[in-house]
Amino acid sequence: MRSTINIAKAMVGPVERDTPPRKMSRRSVGEIIFFVAATVSFLLCMGTLVVMVVDLVQTSAGRLTWQFLSGVSSRLADRAGVLPAIAGTVWVTSIAMVISLPIGIGAAVYLEEFCRRSALSRVLEIAIANLAGVPAIIFGMVGLHLFVRWCGFGRSVLSGGLTMALVVLPLIILVSREAIRSVPRDVREGSLALGASTMQTVWHQVLPAALPGLLTGAILGVCRIIGEAAPLLALGAVTYLTKTPSGLDSPFTTLPIQVFNWISRPQVAFHHNAAGAIVVLLMVLFVLNGAAIVIRARGQRRG
Amino acid sequence: MGQALKKEGVHEIVSVADLNLWYGSHQALRSISLSAMTGEVLALIGPSGCGKSSFLRTLNRMNDLIPIVRVEGRVIVMGQDIYHDGVELAELRRRVGLVFQRSNPFPKSIYDNIAYGPRIHGERRRSELDGIVEQSLRRADLWEEVKDRLSASALGLSGGQQQRLCIARALAVRPTILLMDEPASALDPRSTAKIEELIGMLRGEYTIVIVTHNMQQAARVSDRTAFFCDGSLIETGVTSELFTNPRNAQTQDYITGRFG
Amino acid sequence: MMRERIQLFLLASCAWISIAITLAIAVALLQETVSFFREVSAAQFLLDTEWTPLFWEKHYGIWPLVCGTVITTVISLVVAIPVGTTIALFLAEWSPRSLRQIIKPILEILSGIPTIVFGYFSVTIATPLLRIIFPSLPGFNALSAGVVMGIMMVPLMATLVEDALSVVPQSFREASYALGASRLTTMLRVTLPAAAGGVVAACILALSRALGETMIVTIAAGQQPRFSLNPLQAVETLTAFIAQVVMGDTPYGSIEHRAVFVVGCLLFLGTFTLNVGSMWIRERFSSTR
Repeated sequence: MRSTINIAKAMVGPVERDTPPRKMSRRSVGEIIFFVAATVSFLLCMGTLVVMVVDLVQTSAGRLTWQFLSGVSSRLADRAGVLPAIAGTVWVTSIAMVISLPIGIGAAVYLEEFCRRSALSRVLEIAIANLAGVPAIIFGMVGLHLFVRWCGFGRSVLSGGLTMALVVLPLIILVSREAIRSVPRDVREGSLALGASTMQTVWHQVLPAALPGLLTGAILGVCRIIGEAAPLLALGAVTYLTKTPSGLDSPFTTLPIQVFNWISRPQVAFHHNAAGAIVVLLMVLFVLNGAAIVIRARGQRRG
Repeated sequence: MGQALKKEGVHEIVSVADLNLWYGSHQALRSISLSAMTGEVLALIGPSGCGKSSFLRTLNRMNDLIPIVRVEGRVIVMGQDIYHDGVELAELRRRVGLVFQRSNPFPKSIYDNIAYGPRIHGERRRSELDGIVEQSLRRADLWEEVKDRLSASALGLSGGQQQRLCIARALAVRPTILLMDEPASALDPRSTAKIEELIGMLRGEYTIVIVTHNMQQAARVSDRTAFFCDGSLIETGVTSELFTNPRNAQTQDYITGRFG
Repeated sequence: MMRERIQLFLLASCAWISIAITLAIAVALLQETVSFFREVSAAQFLLDTEWTPLFWEKHYGIWPLVCGTVITTVISLVVAIPVGTTIALFLAEWSPRSLRQIIKPILEILSGIPTIVFGYFSVTIATPLLRIIFPSLPGFNALSAGVVMGIMMVPLMATLVEDALSVVPQSFREASYALGASRLTTMLRVTLPAAAGGVVAACILALSRALGETMIVTIAAGQQPRFSLNPLQAVETLTAFIAQVVMGDTPYGSIEHRAVFVVGCLLFLGTFTLNVGSMWIRERFSSTR
């Protein structure tokens, strides 16, 4: 009964002279709602991570053996391994980075150091920003059209690497530009004042000073390639492989593609394999990210 | 000072006539005509934003780095119109060195900082480079302090040492003219004294044009002084005369501290 | 001098490659799209409500795929936008340093997880969990895929919104506090509206990302094109259709294969428009201050 009165009172609200306390209480209710929302949001992210890790560890526990790491494809879940997938990932990543890293850094240097603001540079900016947002699967289709068919490379590790180079190029350009932009103006002017050309300044001063940032960008690019599956799906990466790629024209698979293949099968045993392959994939990414953090920290200390 | 008398025998190494400079639509320099004589120290003074740094940077065309800058007029350095199309920027900047307001050593070793200039101008021989490095550091009065740690990072030096390193770096490419843009404004009094002493040592060997905020400094180090205000050159004269007996009322106000 | 000219030319070519790639994408997609529409009328494409290019009786109505994409995208945005924005608000306006140092790394880890892993998570964990609420949920469904996709996009959303909030001048907040407004009021009435442009741009970017996401929906949403907006069924999105066809044995150059490029074209145009729109909004927003 008393609580009903209280609620009624609260609904009507006290009279004007009581303004400050009423405001205080309403404010704190709002804050509580906000804090609850923030906590729930945070727990959703945290929970996802925790559940994911726990599930992966449990599911993959029996599968993470040497035989799994060194084995090749098999129709039997407990005989299948990820070696071809690991080798394929290394191949694709290496090819993609060898191509996209110099081009990406070159483009970043051009845009930051040589390109004067103009309508033309604006077109370049838009093209790059847009490429960064093109869905990965579309790069796969273009790779299929361009490399597999038109260039005649077939469904080979070369086509895969070239396609992945397209996928990471915008990312590498963006991160490298950031790294180059963070080199102080003073360094450039100091070099130019000694009579160095802009090109000499770039080679001898800007790029060395930007190196930690460029390396971090490269590692981010590698992580992106390692985890990306969609473009290779479109290229038709093979998933049943009994040996590792031996050359640029070899058929290939990668870790995410292998995961996709296993998870798409109805048998639960293959799902366990998928979990195992995911753990391998995440471990690699974890190590790479750790390296990126170390490099960034060193770069900051030095700069 | 006796320099005024010697003036007739000395030729103009820098001669600027009717120089105008715009940043976009803002005119930063208005028809400046000013010369520097071989071997003298010329100080540029004036309130901040008066265009003295802009003027300094036209002398080795560092203003070219800003896309919106437009320059009109004749700037003759060592007998050559430097805003002429055929000018080799690299050669111009080698012969006209610049020391910045904030010391800006490269994030490299002390040795590489000094050797960088000679290297980009084509010097590859190690023994030659060693000699240049030592000689430049000696001239900048830094050799004794750093000779045991030439391969250490230049960023580990103190502010004053860094600035002297930048002077040594500029000297290493064997310039004829040295431009200094408030070289001591970010330093403590002792380092400032050191830099001023150094300027005294370099006088005669190099032609030095120095921008300074500090009038006592101008009085101490320079042979002649030019006073800038609002993008115009108000008065030029032998330093001792300009400070004791300025012809222009604005100069008088500035040096007696009524504005700026 | 000559050497530097060559170097500059090479650097410029590196930059122009991005334009070349954009053009290559457009040409590749358009070529096949044009040949597709020589065989299938635009009317059928836009009016038919069935999409069965892989069956004997072929229908090429795009709407079922659009429906699938709309459902999963809307669900993912319903998760990502409020959750991401709330986290961003908390981080930018409220969080003490210590909490920030926990939340930030978790978002970073989350954003570094490959989408394939989220696909796995969606099938093996999210769907069984959602069955607690919707017992009749099939093994592959739009809801689970959408929710997981939403969680995946939370870090993106949170980072972009936080950036937008950090641009709001401190003086705005101080002015509001000086008037006696509380922190919450200041946040909701002053800071968030001031960052509105950035928040909208972030939402558009998230939308574009959701449209293009492939692996999660291919694995977890089923692969059944349906002209319906019921999230509790299996659906097929534009991206999942592409994946399904290119993975299979459909011969290159056949009408089915061309259909893939038509869908890709649609996807490219959609994401292109959204990306450019997001950029435009962000720039307009930043130039007004």
